[in-house]
Amino acid sequence: MVVSTLESSHPLDKYLRTARLPHIWCPGCGLGIALGSIMRAIDKRIKEGTLKKENLVFVTGIGCSARTSFYVNFDAAHTLHGRAIAFATGAKLAKPELEVIVIGGDGDIAGIGGNHLLHAAKRNMDLIVLMITNFVYAMTGGQVAPTTPLGLYTTTTPHGNPEPPLNVVKVVSSLNANYVARASVTHPALVEQYVYKALGMRGFRFIEILSTCPEIFGRHIGMRDPFTLYSTLRSKVIVKQSPSIEESDLDWGKGFVIGEYLVRDNPGYLDRIGRGLK
Amino acid sequence: MGKIVPLSGNSAVAYAVKSADVDVISAYPITPQTTIVEKLAEFIANGELDAEMIHVESEHSALSAAVGASAAGARVYTASSSQGIVLMYEIMFIASSLRLPIVMTIAARALSAPINIWNDHSDFMAVSDTGWVMMMAENNQEAHDDVILAYRIAEDPEVLLPVATALDGYFMTHTIEPIDLIEREDALSFAPKRKTWFTLDPDKPVTIGALGDPQWYFEFKRQQYEAMKKSREVFEKSVDEFAKVFGRRYGAVEYFGDENPEVVLVAMGHVVGNIKAYLSRVRGKDSRAGVLKIKLYRPFPEDLIVKYLEGVKIVGVVDRALVPGSASPGPLHSEIVATLRKHGVDAKTLSFVSGLGGRPVTHEHIGVMFSKLSELKDKPASELPKEPLFIGVRE
Repeated sequence: MVVSTLESSHPLDKYLRTARLPHIWCPGCGLGIALGSIMRAIDKRIKEGTLKKENLVFVTGIGCSARTSFYVNFDAAHTLHGRAIAFATGAKLAKPELEVIVIGGDGDIAGIGGNHLLHAAKRNMDLIVLMITNFVYAMTGGQVAPTTPLGLYTTTTPHGNPEPPLNVVKVVSSLNANYVARASVTHPALVEQYVYKALGMRGFRFIEILSTCPEIFGRHIGMRDPFTLYSTLRSKVIVKQSPSIEESDLDWGKGFVIGEYLVRDNPGYLDRIGRGLK
Repeated sequence: MGKIVPLSGNSAVAYAVKSADVDVISAYPITPQTTIVEKLAEFIANGELDAEMIHVESEHSALSAAVGASAAGARVYTASSSQGIVLMYEIMFIASSLRLPIVMTIAARALSAPINIWNDHSDFMAVSDTGWVMMMAENNQEAHDDVILAYRIAEDPEVLLPVATALDGYFMTHTIEPIDLIEREDALSFAPKRKTWFTLDPDKPVTIGALGDPQWYFEFKRQQYEAMKKSREVFEKSVDEFAKVFGRRYGAVEYFGDENPEVVLVAMGHVVGNIKAYLSRVRGKDSRAGVLKIKLYRPFPEDLIVKYLEGVKIVGVVDRALVPGSASPGPLHSEIVATLRKHGVDAKTLSFVSGLGGRPVTHEHIGVMFSKLSELKDKPASELPKEPLFIGVRE
């Protein structure tokens, strides 16, 4: 496919390394919607003066979602698979004035990096972690991931996934995080709203963003085009104002409840060690 | 001869693993290894292979699960690449010290940073001190055969060490070649499944890996050293037997070129094929040049290296990995120099570092290396460059 060069600019281009475009994401991938929504939330904060662009740091691991550190025009680090949260913790401790945002896929954040997620949430580390859940290891070709729903087909479970998925929202809520939400690219305004809110808080802030991988996930479960997967996910998403943790299970049959599961203002790790900014 | 089918390097490996009738596979996705495990998942789903597959959460866990399964007596398999291999580093020592005959394929790939998914030998070389028997294939047929050879060597009661078989990422893993398949029956008669190692048994309980205090630890290590030495003999016996049964002969090192060479390039992996093609097509048969392929890297086949390089004026070593700060930043060059000096062979050596991060080692590059060798072959050793020559890099 030939992609024509960008002739006109977009209002959010200032936050992107446009020379790096076009991006590597497949047509129909939910990551564009996710990144657009995150950029709008950041733009709103910068415009109203509650966030400085030069203080923003993006830290990513490995995977399709992790490629965002390639495209954003902020300080960014593309680290190792699973290690983004550990890296981000170091950056935040060295320079508490930074707003450190980790973006990664479910395999990166909850799979290989799961232990770092637990411990950052446990210490209420002052970070934002945005986990884009596409239900598979997409960049390597669609292998079963921690969030793959029970029974679904992937390239390493051609007989159907025998394991129930990891409900990361529930896990992080059981620890000491200040903010836990689940959003979906099928509802981009909510992604923006939750990221905007998280940017104004302290402590550990975790947002799971359900996304679509039509090429590597959708095709294996009988969805022939991006629209079918997108509209299927949309039909499965249930928006709730303040859902309870009991409603958070990832069940491909019953659907996915999105909303703000946990909002509180406990002292973050930096406050506890006397280096908080407030 | 078995059935000949066109297969990618990764599929060729997966078919061999199926023929070896493994019991447990544990793996984590990483490019360019992943399609090996995907193919194995397909075999299991189709009922062609009766094995358990564990979809673990990292390579560290993949090898840990393999250690557990092997300790319980299963024939186990795993595969990885690059960061996955170095994430396994810690467990690689455990596998070799516990003397568990695990077989693993390394789809060789560069190491971060910066992130690079393409081929070189950084991962392979980085784990060469973990006590594993290690070999690297030159083509897909060899990658297929190496898996069967590996089980035979690993499970030999005189060895009992894990074996890593490597093939070059993309250049081989994703390239299709005709493969003479080894069928299950033949694989199992060549490398029969027999419990030759100490396994966990509830009726006769043992603790493996328990504290080895200063009174005992040293003896364990000494025995491990002997096992590795023994694997050299077992390798020779195994390739002889392999040649008898399957008609394909592999050597710990293989030489190609002039019968009485003045200059020799030493290399590993698919680049060896490139050098052979260069010697046959470009340089012509009349030149006194050759290429020495190192197939077996651990244990390093010193005897054969001495045999082939004695009397050669100058030896160029092609390294596809870089160890900054080392006496020789090319790890293969280090081994060759150590071998030659140890055995009193006075061939001069030159280190070439080329093809890092997937950059192809072309005939042009190989031509530069041979010219350099010819240019320096009659100079005294004191006039030779002390630094490696970087071939194909922008300075």
